[in-house]
Amino acid sequence: MIGDGLMHARLRRGEMSLGEKLWQVSWSFVLLIAVLAGIGVAMLYSAANGDMDPWASRHITRFGVGLALLLAVAMIDVRQWMRYAYWLYGLAFVLLVAVEVKGTVGMGAQRWIDLGFFQIQPSELMKVALVLALARVFHGADLSDVGRPLFLLVPTLMVLVPVALVLKQPDLGTALMMLAGGGVLFFVAGVRLWKFAVVFVAGLSAIPVAWQFLHEYQKRRVLTFLEPERDPLGAGYHILQSKIALGSGGLWGKGFLGGTQSHLNFLPEKQTDFIFVMLAEEFGMLAGMGLLLLYVLVLVYGIAISVRARNHFGRLVAIGVTVTFFLYVFINIAMVMGLIPVVGVPLPLVSYGGTAMLTLMLSFGLLMSVWVHRDVQIGRRGAFDEG
Amino acid sequence: MQKDGDRSRVFTRRVVLLAGAKTLLVSALAARMYYLQVMEADKYSTLAEENRINLRLLPPPRGPIVDRFGVPLAVNSQNFRAQVIAEHTRDLERTLRTFSRLVPLSDYDRQRVIKEISRRRSFVAVTVRENLTWEQMALVQVNAPDLPGVTIDEGLTRQYPYGPLASHLLGYVAAVAEEDMTGDDPLLELPDFRIGKSGVEKVYDLSLRGKSGTSRVEVNAVGRMIRELRRDEGEPGHEVRLTLDMRLQAYTAQRLGDESAAAVVMDVHTGEIVAMASTPAYDPNAFTRGLTSGEWRALASNPRAPLRNKALVGQYAPGSTFKMVVALAALESGVVRPDQTVYCPGHLTLGNHRFHCWRRGGHGHMNVTTAIEQSCDVYFYEISRRVGIDRIAAMARSLGLGHALGLELPGEATGLIPTKAWKSATLGQPWVQGETLVASIGQGYVLATPLQLAVMTARIANDGIAVTPTLCRQTTVDGRLVTRPTPQFEHVGLSRPSLSIVKAAMWRVVNGDRGTARRSAITEDGWAMAGKTGTSQVRRISMRERETGVRKNDELPWKFRDHALFVCYAPADAPRYAISVIIEHAGGGSRHAAPIAHDVMLETLRLDPSRQRSDEDIAAIREPQVAAQDAADTLAESAVAAMPAPLTLNP
Repeated sequence: MIGDGLMHARLRRGEMSLGEKLWQVSWSFVLLIAVLAGIGVAMLYSAANGDMDPWASRHITRFGVGLALLLAVAMIDVRQWMRYAYWLYGLAFVLLVAVEVKGTVGMGAQRWIDLGFFQIQPSELMKVALVLALARVFHGADLSDVGRPLFLLVPTLMVLVPVALVLKQPDLGTALMMLAGGGVLFFVAGVRLWKFAVVFVAGLSAIPVAWQFLHEYQKRRVLTFLEPERDPLGAGYHILQSKIALGSGGLWGKGFLGGTQSHLNFLPEKQTDFIFVMLAEEFGMLAGMGLLLLYVLVLVYGIAISVRARNHFGRLVAIGVTVTFFLYVFINIAMVMGLIPVVGVPLPLVSYGGTAMLTLMLSFGLLMSVWVHRDVQIGRRGAFDEG
Repeated sequence: MQKDGDRSRVFTRRVVLLAGAKTLLVSALAARMYYLQVMEADKYSTLAEENRINLRLLPPPRGPIVDRFGVPLAVNSQNFRAQVIAEHTRDLERTLRTFSRLVPLSDYDRQRVIKEISRRRSFVAVTVRENLTWEQMALVQVNAPDLPGVTIDEGLTRQYPYGPLASHLLGYVAAVAEEDMTGDDPLLELPDFRIGKSGVEKVYDLSLRGKSGTSRVEVNAVGRMIRELRRDEGEPGHEVRLTLDMRLQAYTAQRLGDESAAAVVMDVHTGEIVAMASTPAYDPNAFTRGLTSGEWRALASNPRAPLRNKALVGQYAPGSTFKMVVALAALESGVVRPDQTVYCPGHLTLGNHRFHCWRRGGHGHMNVTTAIEQSCDVYFYEISRRVGIDRIAAMARSLGLGHALGLELPGEATGLIPTKAWKSATLGQPWVQGETLVASIGQGYVLATPLQLAVMTARIANDGIAVTPTLCRQTTVDGRLVTRPTPQFEHVGLSRPSLSIVKAAMWRVVNGDRGTARRSAITEDGWAMAGKTGTSQVRRISMRERETGVRKNDELPWKFRDHALFVCYAPADAPRYAISVIIEHAGGGSRHAAPIAHDVMLETLRLDPSRQRSDEDIAAIREPQVAAQDAADTLAESAVAAMPAPLTLNP
């Protein structure tokens, strides 16, 4: 047990060997996300009418690459992440601007940067970088700082400027997620609730103005959401078909590969945004609830890690990552069930899509890094301040 | 460190709040899932099935139409159609160009294909050309590699092997029009479905049509068929058997030739129509194929009206063929005795108007027999004056004139038999006696169709049995075709003596020395024909024209010339068939209609389409009428007995 005590001291200071760090990784958490990715593989196999190609096999590869990225990120000291947080934010910001200037047009929106061998979506990167950067801001502030409106000005701009850029792409879903994710960091950092109320009211009164800036298809989506039967063969078609697929799945589902709505293509985008519907159609409500439960388990891990971390930066990063993850899950499932308007948000770990998978694994990597370095204490002013 | 502790506490508190909020949201998701998948599951299951299952109709083969001996008159023929599926052809223009080198393709068709393809989904087959010959079909098949997306489809097309020879009776089928969309037969909504548009095809459409089959197919979101789940074969249409003898029908139609004419041949005992021709005719196959607007204009504007069934809807002044009606009315009412004579000086003066006989010099003394034989107009002027229009009209109606006879074809004309009441009701004027005189020679208001004239002749020939014409012994009961027995016809109530006088007179028309149709006698033993000529005037001859000399018929423009008519039956001593013939604007009935009627009658007797019926059958049909006949005889005898001694009727 002496060794154990020594170990603790070293953990606190962050002096661990690679082996020790690997030992500290929460392998049960890795198993959990692997199970989720496995569900994704099964559904993508079904989506291709019982074929590993074109989606399921690549999903496996991507998860493998993502897992390596997760572990690599987790090995890096959380203080390093804190040190480079602003740099990463800056990089993401530059890329976001670059998309505006030289982005290729895909899916009706400017979102991608083509690096030749790899396409990156700066808005995805920004989601992670924003969490890191805000965590660093609030790490360096005590409660009295957080209480000063002037202090809050800089982090507010750090959120709003990229949000505005993403909105302009236009990608309403990502923008709203960044806004909500950033807002949550403000919240857990201790910003007073009445300030949120003020912002909320201000935002509400800005809706009529914002409506003017929405694209025609976005307006249509919102209107369709409010009244889906308005246009059953037009914009309301997707959500109606999605509800039909879900509802007809019933309690037990229609069986693996037996989802008529999905396999006859009534269900749109079944391999990406609407994959949850396919699961619910083929395996019924019980499977849908089961998947939801697995996601809740991921949230529990995230929250537990954030509460357990002994450095404020880590806590904030963990909660930021967890909230972003939750928003993905909630927005996607609520959208396909017709609870909120159709916004292009994938279902984490299950939906087919490379960038989303890599971003997610990157943020889980950060979560693991927080966990591995949970006992490291970081001074207010800097990464290597032993204070 | 203290401060970090504060921070940490606030953080933990807020994370708990956050977790609470998340729990709420996740619960909302779970509740929604429960609502959709359990509470609303049935509703969405139904919607999903509706999405997925598509009911396709299988059109049943249309029932054939056959003649009395089973000779097919309307059949379904194999039709090779070339179709093109847009998504299988890379360059539609080029494919169509290649196609038109193999099979001629009009610019109109080419435009239609391009238009239809642009309108429909890319996997829907669009017909490029129908009715390919076997050779053309083979040519397309052999060149398949050069014709990507082109396939040959076999369908059924209505075909009429005899073309125009029976077109007015059979009618034709054509695409369903908006106004045909009545009832709830889903077949009507099939784009390629054809329904009967006229003739037997229309009247028996429901029986011929059959019941649609269904094929339940699974379709995907864009309507492409994935697989067939279940198939219910429909019920093919019923065969409709007509009373027609196609050999005789063909002969009759060809004998009428290019004339604007009509002829009806019927069995005098059963009322069965064995031939009914109207010329010129049209080719119903062209209607099935679809007429071009030019073809349609040519048919519709032809002055000889090829689209009209003149035997059924053509209404003509019957001319002298009406004289039997007047004679029977006079004899039966006892107004005129058979041996009473009328002197014909060539005209009759009534008030200050002079009524001319067709023979300017006059016929001299005429009795009822010689008046019919020589068709003396003055005799009938005189006796009609005594009988009166209403009794003539009653006789005409009981012989089948002036009302529709219920033939199984659409649009039957009623003809017109005027009465005093009719005139005051429709024209608001009192009847003038001069009009009776005009009517007595089948002119003026009197109108009859060739069918009615044939029925009139048959009712005289069969001794007053009120046969009604029929083209088909079948009737629809609960959607099935049932063969009706020959109905029990009423007796008209004519006495034997009157009938035998008129029939003898009709025999003399054809066989007498001075008969108007003596040149058209049938000389074959036992087949002697009895008949009556008629010439119906189309224009009015003015007083001035009579003074300057009536223009010869041949010198008039076609549309002002007289109609030639002839009615007849044979064999004279045991009648089986009655015939009426009308040749529009041909001239005199004896010269233009009687020879044709002679030829048709001879052919009828030769073919004897009614021969399946034995003499016993005929006797059985006639049996119930014998009592009625006896009663009529007694009545007529007493009427004749009450008449004054023989004398000439002229004043």
